[in-house]
Amino acid sequence: MHVLDDTLTETGLPAPDQQVGRVLVVACGALAREILALVAVNGWDHMDLTCLPANYHLYPDKIVGAVEKLVLEKRSQYDSIFVAYADCGTGGLLQAKCRELGVEMIAGPHCYSFYEGNDTFAEKSEDEVTVFYLTDFLVKQFDAFVWKPMGLDRHPELRDMYFGNYTKLIYQAQTNNPDLDAKAEECARKLGLPLERRFTGYGDLEKALAPL
Amino acid sequence: MSDEEDIILAELSDDELVPQMHDDLYDGLKEEIEEGVNILLGRGWTPYDVLTKALVEGMRIVGIDFRDGILFVPEVLLAANAMKGGMKILKPLLVETGAPRLGNMVIGTVKGDIHDIGKNLVTMMMEGAGFEVRDLGINNPVENYIDAMEEGEIDILGMSALLTTTMPYMKVVIDTMVEKGMRDDYIVLVGGAPLNEEFGKAIGADAYCRDAAVAVETAKELMAKKHNQMSA
Repeated sequence: MHVLDDTLTETGLPAPDQQVGRVLVVACGALAREILALVAVNGWDHMDLTCLPANYHLYPDKIVGAVEKLVLEKRSQYDSIFVAYADCGTGGLLQAKCRELGVEMIAGPHCYSFYEGNDTFAEKSEDEVTVFYLTDFLVKQFDAFVWKPMGLDRHPELRDMYFGNYTKLIYQAQTNNPDLDAKAEECARKLGLPLERRFTGYGDLEKALAPL
Repeated sequence: MSDEEDIILAELSDDELVPQMHDDLYDGLKEEIEEGVNILLGRGWTPYDVLTKALVEGMRIVGIDFRDGILFVPEVLLAANAMKGGMKILKPLLVETGAPRLGNMVIGTVKGDIHDIGKNLVTMMMEGAGFEVRDLGINNPVENYIDAMEEGEIDILGMSALLTTTMPYMKVVIDTMVEKGMRDDYIVLVGGAPLNEEFGKAIGADAYCRDAAVAVETAKELMAKKHNQMSA
């Protein structure tokens, strides 16, 4: 399936016209490629995927209502629905909504945590308070999620007001891709931060989807 | 809001210069703001009048347009940066001339959180409104807040968090204040993007403040209430 990253950011991914699987995964657009890769490599043919626009992360109050709408729209067509979001800035509201709807979601505060593994991330959190994280998707969509919404394309002089307290950029790599490594270096240069590349693979994302 | 033609600030009358400074603040023009402040001071304005009539009023307009979705964070930051330039000139003069003081505040971003844009805006606006603010910076454990409150004559505690993972720490601070029997001695204000009014109530804060302008209004209101209770 060929989907542009810009599309995943701005419009998401519609559910398949023809239902194939018996489980629907309602995901953040930022996870689409990773979930499709896991589906392909594990032969999870029972799973269909639909994604909300990844840029809802810029306005987390949109996430809960949009997830609820999709779940209610699709639940009669599937045996079960799984929400592939962590808390993602909703302050526990997504968890509460999923409980109300009777659907499961990914544990943890955000994708940086579950890619690394929630337990490992929590252990490191005190030492990494001043770390800014990017994933494969966010490296590719750096301009759409960081540079432009923060106005740094128009006012680069604001950079240190936003990032002055950070000491490092960690690129959590889900895949080994030299092009993304180079792009991450470019992101670090623009942010004025030293870069650490940390291969995480899919972490707890795979563990969350495997039992479905 | 900026005009195309060059405006010579020194040639404007006071009645023209002050609205022009509001425009310049809106447009984030730091040098122009600094120039405007110096012109007004040179014309015999008190530092307090320059602060309130030119800078704070300008930022109030910025705050309204931010709330209404006309301005966004980058523009507010540019405006704040311009105001900061003006404040730098005025601050020592305000100390010398004894501007009215409304109260003392301690403010800081909670432990585990290094985000300080909102906190810095609140600090600046509170100072502009006449509060003395001690800024504890970022990543503050409970001891920092408690020590600061015990050290000085503090009326208000302000706590900020940007992350859903760090905002629960505000409750740790409030619970510690309760344990120490000091909670009722202070007005506790909380703020930050993922917070809401329910959260503020649930953790036992006096108020959740949506933005810097609301923080100033809330602080004034609660200080007035406190004074009324004390004098009743």
